[in-house]
Formats: sequence, C-alpha cells, structure tokens
Amino acid sequence: MMTPPSRRFSRPLTVRLALGLAAASLVAAGCGSSGSSSGSTPTGTSTSGQTVPTANLPVLQKIGKGEGQLNLIAWEGYLNPIWVKPFQQQTGCQVNAKYAGSSDEMVALMKNGGGGQYDMVSSSGDADLRILYAGDAHPVNINLIPSWKDFFPAFQSPPFNTINGVHYGVSLQWGPNVLMYNKKDFSTPPSSWSVIYDPKYKGQVTVPDNPIQIADAALYLQTHKPSLGITDPYELTQPQFQASVQLLAGQRPLIEKYWGLASQEIFDFKNGNAVVGAGWPYQVSTLKADKFPIGTTIPSEGATGWADTWMLAAKAPHPNCAYMWMQYISTPKVQAEQAVNYGETPDNKLACAYMNKLQAGSCDEYHANAPLSYFNSVKLWKTPIATCDNGKPDCVPYADWVSAWNTQVK
Amino acid sequence: MTVAAAATKNSGIWSRASAALWRRPWARATILLTPPLAWFVLLYLAALVVLLITAFWQINPFTTNIERVWSLGNLTTIFTSSAYRGIILRTVGMAAAVTLVDAVVAFPFAYYMARIASSRTRTFLFVAILLPLWASYLAKVYSWLLIFTHNGFLDWGLGKVGLHQVHLIYTNWSVFTVFCYLWLPFMIIPVYAALERIPPSQIEASQDLGARTWRTTRSVMLPLALPGIVAGSIFTFSLTLGDYITPLLVGGTSANFMGNIIYTNIGIANNVPFAAAMALIPIAIMAVYLLSARALGAFEAI
Repeated sequence: MMTPPSRRFSRPLTVRLALGLAAASLVAAGCGSSGSSSGSTPTGTSTSGQTVPTANLPVLQKIGKGEGQLNLIAWEGYLNPIWVKPFQQQTGCQVNAKYAGSSDEMVALMKNGGGGQYDMVSSSGDADLRILYAGDAHPVNINLIPSWKDFFPAFQSPPFNTINGVHYGVSLQWGPNVLMYNKKDFSTPPSSWSVIYDPKYKGQVTVPDNPIQIADAALYLQTHKPSLGITDPYELTQPQFQASVQLLAGQRPLIEKYWGLASQEIFDFKNGNAVVGAGWPYQVSTLKADKFPIGTTIPSEGATGWADTWMLAAKAPHPNCAYMWMQYISTPKVQAEQAVNYGETPDNKLACAYMNKLQAGSCDEYHANAPLSYFNSVKLWKTPIATCDNGKPDCVPYADWVSAWNTQVK
Repeated sequence: MTVAAAATKNSGIWSRASAALWRRPWARATILLTPPLAWFVLLYLAALVVLLITAFWQINPFTTNIERVWSLGNLTTIFTSSAYRGIILRTVGMAAAVTLVDAVVAFPFAYYMARIASSRTRTFLFVAILLPLWASYLAKVYSWLLIFTHNGFLDWGLGKVGLHQVHLIYTNWSVFTVFCYLWLPFMIIPVYAALERIPPSQIEASQDLGARTWRTTRSVMLPLALPGIVAGSIFTFSLTLGDYITPLLVGGTSANFMGNIIYTNIGIANNVPFAAAMALIPIAIMAVYLLSARALGAFEAI
C-alpha cells in the first residue's frame, strides 16, 4: 500500500509552503486570523467583519441524479485510482483530474467560481480563505454528508472552511511536521525540539530548505523564550522574527544539509548523513517500511502542520456529482485509504479501524486516534502577512521570510 | 483534360512565382527568415525584455502583488547586501574555477585525440566523451551523491587503503567536482576542434626552427588552440553560472548560488521581480564574457 506519489515528494521546495505565495485576497479581506492554529476552538466566526460574497447563495437541499462528470483540482496523489475507480462505478460520475502544483495555482484555477469548469478543489488551509473571500466557493449543505458527523470536532467547522456557520466544503486530511531521529543514536527518545539546536549533534542535523522553517524556530522560542511574547509562529513582529532568524543562524553550523526533497532526507538518514531532524510523516513511513530504525515524535513545544479541504466551486457545473464525491471521500474506508496511501491523518475518527486493516499499526502511525491535545499541538500552516491578528501592520510578511532565509540563515 | 489544364495553369503560377523570387533575392530572404525570426523575437527576445522590465518592479510586501512602479530597489538590495554580494562572488568564483580545471583537464585529452590517437582510438574516445551526455543529468548527479556520501564509495575506498576519510558530501568541494565532471565534454569538443585545425606544417616549421615539444606546445599549439578553449569556457562558465540543481542535491549549507536565489524567489516567495533582478546579473556577466570571447576569436572555433 505504500505508493504515495506525494505532492510534497514531487514538488521539492515549494510544496505546501507554496502557501507562502501571494496572500492577496486574504489580506484584502482583512482576515489575519486565517489559520486554524487555535484549532481547539473551531468557532467558524467571521473575521474582522468581512463577509463572504457567496454566503447567501442557496444550498442544495437534496442530491439529484449525477451529471456523469466531475472536474476536480487536486494535489497529486489525492485522486488515486484505488478510491476514484470505485466512486466512478458507484455513481457514474467520471472524475476528471487537474493537478495543481501550488496553493497559488489552486487559487488561480478557482478564479471566477471555478469558471464554470471546475467543481471542487482540494486546497490547503492557507488557500481556502483566499478562495472563499474572493467569492469563488459555494456554500455547502453539510447535512447531506452523513459521515461528517463522525469527523473530529476540530475538523467539522474549522475556521478555514466554515465562516459564520456556513460551510464551503468538507474537510479532508491533515498532518504534522514531526521530529525524526535515528533510534540507534538516541537511547532515550528526545522530547524537545532542542535536539536540533544542540551543538552535540553538529553536522548531523537536517531541516527543510524552506523559509517557513522560521515558524518552527518561532514555535520553539514561544516556549523557551516567553519574554519575546510570541503567540502565533506565523505572525511575528520584527524583534520576534529576528530572534527566530538568529536561532536558525546559530543552528546552521550544526547542519550538513538542508533537505529540499523528501527523498533526500530519507537518503541522508539511511546513509548516516543525518541522525536527527525535522520531516514529514511520509519520510517516517517510508523509512519504517525499509526497516530503518527511525523514531518520530511531536515534541513538547508542538509542531507545524497542514490541513486540506475539498471546497465546492461557486459555479460548479456538476453539483450532484460534487456532493456524491464529498459523501464518498468522507467515509471512513476512503479516508483510511487516502491516509495510508498518502501518509497523513484522516479527519474521520472511524477511519482508524480501516487503516489498521489496510496496514497494521497505521492508525497509530498517522495519529488517527490521537486525542485533541495532539491536534492542538500542531500549528497549521498559514501565509505570514504584514497585518497581525490585532489588525496592526507590524508583522513580517513572507517575502521578508524568504530574504532572511537566504541572506541571514543560509 | 481539365485536370491537365489546371496542372499547367498551376505550374505556371509556381514558375512565375519562383522566377519573381529569383529576381528579388531580398524577397526570398524575407520569406525564408520570417518564421524563425518571428519565433526568435517573440519567444526569446520578448521574454528577455519582459524579464528586464519586471526586474524594475516591486512586490507589495503587504499583499505580495506585483506593483508596476519603476524602482531600482531590487538591484539596490542585491548590491548593498553583503550576503547577496557574497553569493554573486561565490557563483562567479565557482564558474571560474570549474572553467579553469576543465580547460586544464581537457587540453591534454583533446591534444591526444587530435594529434596522437589512431582513428580507432579516437572514435572510442569520442564515444566515451559523448556517451555521458546521453544519460540523465539527475542520474549523474545522484551517482556522485552515492560516491560522496558518508560511508559511500569514496570514503569506503579510502578506508580500505588505509587513508583518512574525507567526507566530501554536502560541501562546495562536492559541488565543484560534480560541475567539473558534468561540463567537461563541453570543453573537450571545441578544444579538439581547434587543435585538429592546426596545420601540421606549422608544427613542423616550429620543429625545424629548433623548438622542442614543450616550446612548440606553448608557442604554437596553445595560442592556436586558445579560441577553442575560450569557446569551451563559454559553455562551462555559463552552465555553472546558471545551475541550481547540483548545489541543491550535493551542496551543503554554503551551497547558495545565484540560481538557487532565483529558484527560491520564484518557487516559494513568488517574488518574481527580485528573481528577475537577480537573473540580470548572470546575463550581464555573460554579456561581458561573450564580448571578451569574441575579441579572442572564440566564435570561429565553435
């Protein structure tokens, strides 16, 4: 079952962090509180009094006969024949895939409500708000999706796809960026990110070659330097930002290689070029499948991560098939199939049993049965923008993250 | 009957047209050159001009939208930041070092091929040089990764013969070695072409005048081969200047080159204006380089 043509795999640096890209409509909508980093309280309230242009469109009341076609914009690996074929057979809806390479591309393809061409997009938390505040997403009648009841509460109405109680899609899957370590070199498992800043592991640390890594440093400082007053690792004032960059600049001598590809990190662990570092569950499961003694944990400081949603396009030409897809993709079995094949965490809490059937131990491995505290420990990615949550323009925008990464860290 | 008549009429038109074209060479040239020229202007020059213009725009740090306001901000950032200046110097230094080493390695090799080897050996050497060009660039870089990695082929071999292990992986030494390997064929071929063109009579004349092998090589062969070396250096220098994949794969924490800056600014930050400004620098360097190369007569050797 281990065949993930993972998008993170295929798109080296940009990957999900392509979210760093233009936050235009997000900012225009003045919704600095885009992310779901405070996932414990998924209130789904509006931000800064902004309204979603499509909020009052009537939702579908009853799913009718399928239109025979369904046009989906997706991350690579999200439309695997394993679960797409049975759907086509059951519903007669032919799935046509358009794979997007970045959050930006997804936002662009969804312009003008999907242009009357696309029905849905599997966008990440950062792109969702840009899409729905631009009026490109259609309200969804969540009562037509039975499995939604079985979702973890944090993903039923998360603030990145549900505004004022109106749903614009159905949550899909999510995942953390974890601490990885070679069990041979750690007799006691590390419990803090401090190991990747520890001179003891000089030349053996690896972290992603990506400016969003500054958020990981900020998350670490949030716990270890409370005087900085960091509350959100994606919203950093100039002093907080500089402190995070300093931490990473100090980490540089410990690092032999910033990894750009998932395969690269796997290679480095296997060949002893790295013994500890930051990575994705995908690398962990691949190394485990190769019987490599890889250890993984979400340290006490928490971790960064991502969350995806199937959003409904405002001008979806095949709404009945789209609803059938939402019903289907939310069911425990399909959630389990995607989780195991791609290496991420399902939103449906009943998926756990199916995951273990597909691959023994995979439920634990992907934290599909983990408690809420686990979810709360993950700060989901969002685009750093100049407007802080409090409305002040004091925060450091993503373009500065990139230049700091290139000139001060590396 | 009608068909034949039509054919005659048709061929009449064709022969008249061809006669008209024959009388007007400029029309012939226009018709012949317009499609490739349009292609060149539209796709190549227009893209370059757009790049040039974009470099003088900015992105709004607030929205990250492109702002079409003229400014030298991007270039100012590049030249005032010591980090970017360092990256430019590192890139140029790497390109120069790779070019130098490739030239030193290529000259005796090309010399042997052009003047000493039997035609059979020469064919074999040609195949040996050109065959790697058929293999995927990535496969070649990855195989170097396997050689350099900890406990990889290199360190394993050094350990076997009782030498100190060098741990070259993820250093600029490994980037340098891979570049030298990758671009070597692009140096050998033009140097070979230049050496092969030297008339034997000139070498004989040098020998008749009492010059020994070394003197002949230095005073006759080398000056005559110089255009070939410069032509080859255009390839090795420019290819190194623009590459970002090799540093990404085998480079370490100091493997930030101009190409990598362009890549991260487009791929992650969506800061196309800054990437465009950065791209102007290798273009400017190459322009200077090509002008000097032309002065050295390199274009006749390509």
